[in-house]
Amino acid sequence: MRKFKKPAVDLIRFVLPLMALAGAGFGFLVGTANDAPFIGLLLGALCGAVLSLVLAKFVPSPRAGIAAATVLFALAGFALAGTGGLIGGAVIGFVLGWLSYWLATGRYRAGTPVYATPLQVLWHNTFKFICAAIFFFLIAPIVTVIPLSFNAENFFTFTPAMLSFDPEGYSLKHYRDFFTNPDWQQALANSVQIAPAATLISVTLGTLAAIGLSQPHVPFRRAIMAILISPMIVPLIISAAGMYFFYSRIGLQGTYIGVVLAHAALGIPFVIITVTATLVGFDQSLTRAAANMGADPVTTFFRVQMPLILPGVISGGLFAFITSFDEVVVVLFVGSAGQKTLPWQMFTGLREQISPTILAVATILVVISILLLTLVELLRRRSERLRGLSPG
Amino acid sequence: MKSKLAILMCGAALAATGVQAQDAKMADSMTIVSWGGAYQKSQINAYAEPYKEKHPEVEIVWDESSNEAVAKLRAMNEAGNITWDLVDVVAADAIRLCDEGLAMEYDPDELLAPAPDGTPASEDFGDLIVSDCYIPQIVYSTTFGYRTDMVGDTPPTNICDVFDLEKYPGKRALEKRPINNMEWALLCDGVAKGDVYDVLETEEGQARALAKLDTIKDQVIWWSSGADTPQLLADGEVVMGSTYNGRLFSLIEEQNQPVAMLWDAQVFDLDGWIIPAGLPEERLARVKDFLMFATDTQRLADQAKYISYGPARSSSAPLVGKHAELGIEMAPHMPTDPANAKNTFLYNYTWWADYRDDLDAKFQAWLAQ
Repeated sequence: MRKFKKPAVDLIRFVLPLMALAGAGFGFLVGTANDAPFIGLLLGALCGAVLSLVLAKFVPSPRAGIAAATVLFALAGFALAGTGGLIGGAVIGFVLGWLSYWLATGRYRAGTPVYATPLQVLWHNTFKFICAAIFFFLIAPIVTVIPLSFNAENFFTFTPAMLSFDPEGYSLKHYRDFFTNPDWQQALANSVQIAPAATLISVTLGTLAAIGLSQPHVPFRRAIMAILISPMIVPLIISAAGMYFFYSRIGLQGTYIGVVLAHAALGIPFVIITVTATLVGFDQSLTRAAANMGADPVTTFFRVQMPLILPGVISGGLFAFITSFDEVVVVLFVGSAGQKTLPWQMFTGLREQISPTILAVATILVVISILLLTLVELLRRRSERLRGLSPG
Repeated sequence: MKSKLAILMCGAALAATGVQAQDAKMADSMTIVSWGGAYQKSQINAYAEPYKEKHPEVEIVWDESSNEAVAKLRAMNEAGNITWDLVDVVAADAIRLCDEGLAMEYDPDELLAPAPDGTPASEDFGDLIVSDCYIPQIVYSTTFGYRTDMVGDTPPTNICDVFDLEKYPGKRALEKRPINNMEWALLCDGVAKGDVYDVLETEEGQARALAKLDTIKDQVIWWSSGADTPQLLADGEVVMGSTYNGRLFSLIEEQNQPVAMLWDAQVFDLDGWIIPAGLPEERLARVKDFLMFATDTQRLADQAKYISYGPARSSSAPLVGKHAELGIEMAPHMPTDPANAKNTFLYNYTWWADYRDDLDAKFQAWLAQ
């Protein structure tokens, strides 16, 4: 069997132009920040090409080469723009150095079979790049919020002091404002009171509805399902306006119970959908077996059916909770100022007074969401492992 | 003599029971609608806190909904469920609400306290009571602020510098509505101040104003919330932008940003209270009690300690003192200060009440072009 020989990479015709392109990209970004995009573009292209040439010819070890490029660019950045430049230069140097070896050593073909044509390799890498870009697109706005929430100024602005990593440019004052301002504390208390109550109602009613609708003998199943799901499909503003007039007439507008009921109505479709999906994999003969052994329907539900559909119930509940916790349109209509929730406070805060306290709150909420999702995922895995449903 | 005394005593007894009855019948909670932000804070500091000291049993809930007050009051009226007790609106909205019967008409001399020297409220507020339903609080102005580090050595002094892209290149922030913008455009297109509304009444005049705005349209960032322009100026996104003078005061004096005021052709407007029509008796009694206190001469002057808006009572003006935290004199920051008010533009509420819907539609269509 003949050993496959790695295809040689053409340094001049392949690596150099691509590295020049990458360098030009970074140069353009840096140049735009300094009001000279085209000079940056040209200098960047030159830097990229020279760097890859030097690394490929004289530094065979990728690790040493990447480290050298990182340090070199970091020093250049520091000389030009201080501490901020140091970090930016290090990032650019690392990326360019890594890219250079990735191209020059032929590792860019790693994920494709040996018989792939150059076009297929190109598509493979473009695909990976698109995935990364989508990821970046989704994450970047959230990540930007976090450093801005430590701003020492009262604006949504990266100040020069922040960009040069001056400790003076950062402060915790917006977090202090959130924890001491009675408006925010009241809003937090309202949200924490409304969301769990709405979730409880959604989960109870939604699970019952899903189980009932999964019985084949229920008449008009599809029509009932469509009606129950409708709050998810009808534009929120329509539901909100309808609820406003209806709740006003029956005296629920502007009450705690009114907001909880409205949010429960919005949360029920999520629970129905997730629980119905889990019920598809539920073996109805288990309930018959339980009945055969003398269990009444309630016992059967709690001892047999509920544990098996629990993942669906939990994720439905989580969606219902987040719907209520994030909701601003309906609460603006159905609630009064006494039921001001966190999203409401954020909404008015953003409109009347652009204060970074909103960013501090957003950061806290992001951290809580991550913790909550991690916790639920861990619990789910644990319960699956205990029941032997999953190997790990 | 005896009968006179009896009548007097009778009257005193009646008055006493009347006062008592009124006290007993007042609601314990009150929802006040305002604009949020620094302005609402100034109202809380100057009116609500001192009132609560006198009446600790009263709970005041604040709702930051003044922006959509007209629409929400209409909806509340249709739903038959008025949840607001006192609403802070600008003059034009008050006129609209009064015309539609959604705001309560009142008698200034009965509802509002006279000035300390005995001048009745109707005279103390004077012309500022622009509608039978309106209880004015402050005079504010919409005016321009500019970045001092982006205008070179010759800072703008004239409203028409806003339209001069050669002298002051860069983006400008203007409000996303025709009011004020159309007037400024005509002023800078050579229309005399007194003729602006006559010209704006005609189709050609409206086209002329929009044509003037067209010359800077691609350099304009349109704002819809009072907080936008301060943020844009702080970012250096715009060279100059219009907003309420109190917002600019806070940007310059409290946040120390490199921004200065261009007071030329500032447009005065009023902000004040309306009482929603159809309040139940107990709640109305509480609102009246609060208003009598919150609109007196001292309270209006106190508000100026927290924000640079001029009190609507002429008797309050001499009492305006220093900023509560910064300790600077507030008078020179008032839009009504003679140094700032050299050239002001009088905004015609009644004209806009008639033409607003029509011009709003035209303006939005122009924006979308």
